Amino acid sequence: MSAVSPSIQPLGECALVLNVGADLAMQRRLWAAWHVLEHRLPEVEWILGMGNLTAHFDPLVTKARLVTRALEGAWARSAGVELAPGKTVTLPVRYGGEHGPDLAWVAGHTGLAPDEVVRRHSAASYTVYCLGFLPGFAYLGGLDPRLAVPRRSDPRLAVPAGSVAIGGAQTGVYPLASPGGWQLIGRTDAPLFDPYRETPGLLAPGDTVRFQIEEIA
Amino acid sequence: MTLLIGRPGPQTTVQDLGRTGYRFLGVPAGGACDSVALRVGNLLLGNPAEAAALEIMLGGLQLRFEMPRRFALTGAPVAATLDGRPLSGWRVYEAAAGAVLRLAFSSEGARIYLCVAGGIDVPPVLGSRATGLLAGLGGFGGRGLAQGDRVPLGPLPACMPQPAAVLPPPRGEVLRVLPGPEWPQLPRAAQRALLTYPWRVSPASNRMGARLTGPQLALEGLAEPDSHAVLPGVVQLPPGGQPILLLADAQTTGGYAKPLVVIEADLWRAGQLHPGATVRFAEIGPDEALAALAAQRAWLAHIERNLRWHTPLT
Repeated sequence: MSAVSPSIQPLGECALVLNVGADLAMQRRLWAAWHVLEHRLPEVEWILGMGNLTAHFDPLVTKARLVTRALEGAWARSAGVELAPGKTVTLPVRYGGEHGPDLAWVAGHTGLAPDEVVRRHSAASYTVYCLGFLPGFAYLGGLDPRLAVPRRSDPRLAVPAGSVAIGGAQTGVYPLASPGGWQLIGRTDAPLFDPYRETPGLLAPGDTVRFQIEEIA
Repeated sequence: MTLLIGRPGPQTTVQDLGRTGYRFLGVPAGGACDSVALRVGNLLLGNPAEAAALEIMLGGLQLRFEMPRRFALTGAPVAATLDGRPLSGWRVYEAAAGAVLRLAFSSEGARIYLCVAGGIDVPPVLGSRATGLLAGLGGFGGRGLAQGDRVPLGPLPACMPQPAAVLPPPRGEVLRVLPGPEWPQLPRAAQRALLTYPWRVSPASNRMGARLTGPQLALEGLAEPDSHAVLPGVVQLPPGGQPILLLADAQTTGGYAKPLVVIEADLWRAGQLHPGATVRFAEIGPDEALAALAAQRAWLAHIERNLRWHTPLT
């Protein structure tokens, strides 16, 4: 169990990727390692993924060997580290209708009534694994497996900002209008990303997210 | 202290060296697709390295200088005139107040940089003046320039080098690459095709990535990795079997296999791939990649030293 052997692979000459596998226990250790490494090697840009952590650096300033050793050390020491709990963020959601045009399709695909899809989606509590893809977009773990549905075969060219969506076994919120292939079940007005705030992102890795029913259309 | 845009061309944006340090929030670094051209332009004018310029996709731009100002065009070769007088690239000129700059279209590269003394003075957002088109972040109102826009310029640098010219770096269709994390899982035939075929750049390319078309690559046995960081230079292989070469505005994370990564020293060449161009990948080793990067930095430092040498003491 404790003999998890992580792999460290190069991604070009300017990046190294630590892969440990995408479950919550591994992700918690990654958060711990990430916090340590940000202080230890601030000249390196650290980017969290789902079960992985990437170091992006200038190889003529910071030697890859040094980054590898720092990654190995931080990962080894991350076992059993108690992290301060993240904050809990409640996002009010208008489900269905014009805000969630794919709710009926998700209901049909899962064999659940639309109200039951909404009940299950808003009953769970979700963990922010990492951010990426779009500014302020959070990769959330904790979706009820019954709600997993395939992505759209023809991605939309414009998904409205604040759209709450399901794609595969994941749920998430589009922080800004963008193209997207997930199934849209609702919308929130919560400001997920604002570059002029002191903390531009509303959510951070380790936070807990809850969706609150504001309306079902 | 403005440039008045008469015609923006297909896409003209304000760009600098990018918004570093916010990828963990999902914010791409962005910035100039050909950062070497931007760096040399700023050196020629005595601007700080972080000064912003106009990145002009393919050409077609027309603008008026509303005050006298030194400028240089770097990046892709393009026929250009100032009040009808032909201009060369990678050389400093002085525009009089009211002078009109016109660019034709380049057939040899994708992006031309108009660098002006003092830089483009839009307010920085998250530490950068670069335009992030997808998020509408930074630059000139978060968007490409349009007819009638007045683009503000910064104050002149304290000391400017004598007007000079620089020989542009050698262009070419070969990009040097290192094998990416999923390279070993790729079927042998697909590996061979990736490294030997002259891939064609699709018109569907943009600042996020150059879409390449060529033989359909068979990807049997290639598992989709968990979402992970991606960077400019990464070659992604979606299930469709046609590679995407990520450029400056690449999203921060992705979930496709990454068979190849273009070396840092050749990223500017990737940023100059225009629709219809062909590109070949040549595998090298990590030590060669570092040597190429060191050589590029030495070349830039050499230009900086030479320009400083000619600077009059004031």
